[in-house]
Amino acid sequence: MGMTMTQKILAAHAGVKEVKAGQFIEANLDIVLGNDVTTPVAIKEMEKMGVEEVFDKEKVVIVPDHFTPNKDIKAAEQCKLVREFALSKDIKNYFEVGQMGIEHALLPEKGLVVAGDVIIGADSHTCTYGALGAFSTGVGSTDMAAGMASGKAWFKVPGAIKFELIGKPSKWVSGKDVILHIIGMISVDGALYQSMEFVGEGLKHLSMDDRFSMANMAIEAGGKNGIFLVDERTIAYMEEHSKREYKIYEPDEDAEYDEEYVIDLSKIRPTVAFPHLPDNTRTIDEVGDVKIDQVVIGSCTNGRLEDMRITAEILKDKKVAKNLRVIIFPGTQKIYLDCIKEGFAEIFVHAGAVFSTPTCGPCLGGHMGILAAGERAVATTNRNFIGRMGHPDSEVYLASPAVAAASALTGKISNPEDLE
Amino acid sequence: MIKKGKAFKYGDNVDTDVIIPARYLNTSDPVELAQHCMEDIDKDFIKNVQEDDIIVADKNFGCGSSREHAPIAIKAAGVSCVIAKTFARIFYRNAFNTGLPILECTEAAEKISAGDELEVNFETGEIKNLTKNETYYAEPFPDFIQKIIAADGLVNYVKDSVK
Repeated sequence: MGMTMTQKILAAHAGVKEVKAGQFIEANLDIVLGNDVTTPVAIKEMEKMGVEEVFDKEKVVIVPDHFTPNKDIKAAEQCKLVREFALSKDIKNYFEVGQMGIEHALLPEKGLVVAGDVIIGADSHTCTYGALGAFSTGVGSTDMAAGMASGKAWFKVPGAIKFELIGKPSKWVSGKDVILHIIGMISVDGALYQSMEFVGEGLKHLSMDDRFSMANMAIEAGGKNGIFLVDERTIAYMEEHSKREYKIYEPDEDAEYDEEYVIDLSKIRPTVAFPHLPDNTRTIDEVGDVKIDQVVIGSCTNGRLEDMRITAEILKDKKVAKNLRVIIFPGTQKIYLDCIKEGFAEIFVHAGAVFSTPTCGPCLGGHMGILAAGERAVATTNRNFIGRMGHPDSEVYLASPAVAAASALTGKISNPEDLE
Repeated sequence: MIKKGKAFKYGDNVDTDVIIPARYLNTSDPVELAQHCMEDIDKDFIKNVQEDDIIVADKNFGCGSSREHAPIAIKAAGVSCVIAKTFARIFYRNAFNTGLPILECTEAAEKISAGDELEVNFETGEIKNLTKNETYYAEPFPDFIQKIIAADGLVNYVKDSVK
């Protein structure tokens, strides 16, 4: 029987010819990732393992991005612990404030992850790198510690759901709308313990930034990983960003899938997830009158240059709605600089928005844009759980950068198509 | 190992942000984390929970973030075990890795009411409902997971394998 893309990558990294769904394997890791929230726990666990050195100084990546620039004394202490660990273990890919970015925007940009890799990260959105045709999944701190110590991780080989993408999305429909549509369709545990494999001729209409934001949210459907077929666009991206050798895996023709869906991109509407789950979706046509207090544009889901460009296009020569807080935070220092060079930063500031340094801050209710009781935000982030962006009585509506930027002008959830 | 405690009952998709909100993740101290466990959906949980009590929930328990602080907070709150119809996959891994016993059992999740006295045997997966005088059986764990449990968590498992 044939294997899926994910199964082929896992088999190769476990040193076996074939794996089957449900089988337990131990796989060699190409990258082990942690951040300022998860790494402190991993450091303690690694000490308990009695292991002094990391398995490979080049293959451990640490990015303090959640509560940085340090939001308070406790966060500063955690970051200090992480920094001292990185220095003492001579970890080559430690990215300090000023050179960093939100981890899942940063690693592909720096060329640290490529097609065919097996990657674990102590952050649930590590599934983002599936956009490059890698197997990449989120784990906890103890798994990160075990990965740093041994260069290996155990996996239960997942079955897969195949999403065949056809058609061309309309102008204001992005990868974010596609993935929200899919999560709404299969629910927040629709892909539990499974891979989500994205294939089909519709792929050619999805930019790398679209694909990153789709793979990023595989976890919001409960998926173990999301993975895209590698095409010319993926190869061009990797050649531009990475010096590493990549390996392309394609699913066997007789690969077995648990479920198969055909998604016609041309029929997808701008989509919004209402509180308090990412599967509580409505099309923009069904949203109704939802007034908002804050707009957040950025994060590991939608803080890439294309997201900034769409936002700038909509905000250009306009002002954000009165009494609305609009917070824009690019994914990395490079994207930040590109926003300055391309004039986006000026557009944002003229419009009356905050243009922030890269941080996970507002997305997880850490800092830099917390909501009070009763407040509502439209956010291009990935989760709208109870209390996610602040007070447990606040609300988060998930949307694309285009919907968020259109909403920034009106003060209520708005359709970018109506701007034309 | 057998544990006896009363049931705290929750629904579908209890996410890691409500188990331990991110605003408290500027520490990894288990005692401090436990003080805020479940507070966004159940303010009284930490006041009412007693040593060895049991959380019972429906599907996809622990969805969302990879924060190991979630099982750490539950364990430090004194909870002996979580029973659910299904667990989100990262939480499932983290629970074994941190030594928080979890059991998958749809029947138990459907029949147990809040406050029921339960007696759980982790080796056999037998869940006795002493209040309702019923017994349910959880899915046995795969052999590989049994090995991690036998090694008393992933830390020891790795310790043995890297030597």
